[in-house]
Amino acid sequence: MLVLAFDTATPAVTVAVSDGAQVLAEWSAVDPRRHGELLAPGIERVLSEAALRPADLDSIAVGVGPGPYTSLRVGVVTARTLGAVLGIPVHGVCTLDAIALDAVGLDPGLAGTPFVVATDARRREVYWARYVDGARVEGPGVVKPADLHWVGPVVGYGATLYPEHLPRGRAPEHARAAAVAAHVEAGLPTLEPVPLYLRKPDATMPTVPRRVLA
Amino acid sequence: MADHPLVLGIETSCDETGVGIVRGSTLLADALASSVDEHARFGGVVPEVASRAHLEAMVPTIERAAATAGVRLADLDAVAVTAGPGLAGALLVGVAAAKAIAYGLGKPLYGVNHLAAHVAVDRLEHGDLPVPSIAMLVSGGHSSLLLVEDLATGVQPLGATLDDAAGEAFDKVARLLGLPFPGGPEIDRTARTGDPAYVTFPRGLTGHRDLAEHRFDFSFAGLKTAVARWVEARERDGEPVPLADVAASFQEAVVDVLTRKALAACQELAVDTLLIGGGVAANSRLRALAAERCSRAGVHLRIPRPGLCTDNGAMVAALGVALVQAGVAPTALDLGADSGLPVTTVAV
Ligand SMILES: [Zn+2]
Repeated sequence: MLVLAFDTATPAVTVAVSDGAQVLAEWSAVDPRRHGELLAPGIERVLSEAALRPADLDSIAVGVGPGPYTSLRVGVVTARTLGAVLGIPVHGVCTLDAIALDAVGLDPGLAGTPFVVATDARRREVYWARYVDGARVEGPGVVKPADLHWVGPVVGYGATLYPEHLPRGRAPEHARAAAVAAHVEAGLPTLEPVPLYLRKPDATMPTVPRRVLA
Repeated sequence: MADHPLVLGIETSCDETGVGIVRGSTLLADALASSVDEHARFGGVVPEVASRAHLEAMVPTIERAAATAGVRLADLDAVAVTAGPGLAGALLVGVAAAKAIAYGLGKPLYGVNHLAAHVAVDRLEHGDLPVPSIAMLVSGGHSSLLLVEDLATGVQPLGATLDDAAGEAFDKVARLLGLPFPGGPEIDRTARTGDPAYVTFPRGLTGHRDLAEHRFDFSFAGLKTAVARWVEARERDGEPVPLADVAASFQEAVVDVLTRKALAACQELAVDTLLIGGGVAANSRLRALAAERCSRAGVHLRIPRPGLCTDNGAMVAALGVALVQAGVAPTALDLGADSGLPVTTVAV
């Protein structure tokens, strides 16, 4: 079963293709402003490296955040549209879950320790979730780093950004598509391919006053 | 394909999710989902609200277009998408979707200019546009006068608004008259029973000195302020505001300047075809005055039907067809969204 996985909810644009037993090809770039440009060429590159065509794919797995909205949407709309034109299912994976799975893979000892995943939510906040035995028990949410009051290990870029509040940082910093694929292949819970926005849109009433001379 | 390529076009530059399918110059489908109602209470388009709506509408709108057209996406000859100008985050949703179709099905991709697409859509109704033509594009997001020498490769800007877009002026004046958003249709309707000569509002950039420097540019901010001042003076004196007369007088000032400058461009550049597009082209007074002045000046006037004047996917598909026919090279998969894409770049 060939799964194409990608994630655009962190500063990384990351793509992988896996056959269920192993990752056949993967590619990542960290460039927070260019997800829109980089994702499709990344997919093309990974599939051609694995000598596959889009029509060979059986499913798509996409990170659904939480993450900065514009780049997050690039991944989700790409997954939905590609899934629709190829006629294959699209699974959503919470990006923080994929980062947690990756972290436990890098350091199996972490599985026995409660930890937090924290990523950059901009505006001096982090997206976060808490894990026990590798499974999410709280979150995802968005919070000021100081308000997390968490003294245990912290996985993700949030710890890099706010070491004063989150001192026990661990790898990885960003999402990796191979972990998104692994999450699905492990039979862990998936989501609809709908962004986890967590915040309402910034929509303020226009500042144009009714009285221009008042 | 050859002469009649089958092209799917995607438009997401503002608040309309449009997917059109065109074969040659035949419109097969023009599916549209609008988030305008979600913006109404804010009195203007909220970018993040628009972007979220584009994402939700994208796949259903593509599927609706394909079903209406009765074609398989596998049979497409190309995919075209608005790459700019427009709202960056909104554009990116359409660009990513177009790339997914193009890559997934192995089709050439064309990132196109929204303004040029407004010009191209007229082919679907009136056949090939004679060149050179003057195009005037007026909407909530843009107000431009263009010289079209070649639809696929040669579009030159003559002038643009220095401040508010024409449609924006309609929205703002509607707001101060207590009319709902979007203001264009409301002003048009309210003005019907009004006297367009009731108040002589200023015509921006039509004075001698302005004409020397801004021959084909527009300015509507001063007009908006003049309307606000006039209404306020009335209210201060405790007199009722004649809504229909004010709306008609404001509208007359806008369409007078628009048509005057468009025809001046035709005359000075010796061009005998004027095309009007964009949402404001649906305005009934603009259509009537343009028809009257064009016929007096011996200029052929082309205005697509209102549904094709507002933003839609068919216009992007129509421009895609023109690019395929002209043998223009497709766009690479690293296409980005360019919110300030200059009109001289017809295809990215
Ligand atoms: Zn437009």
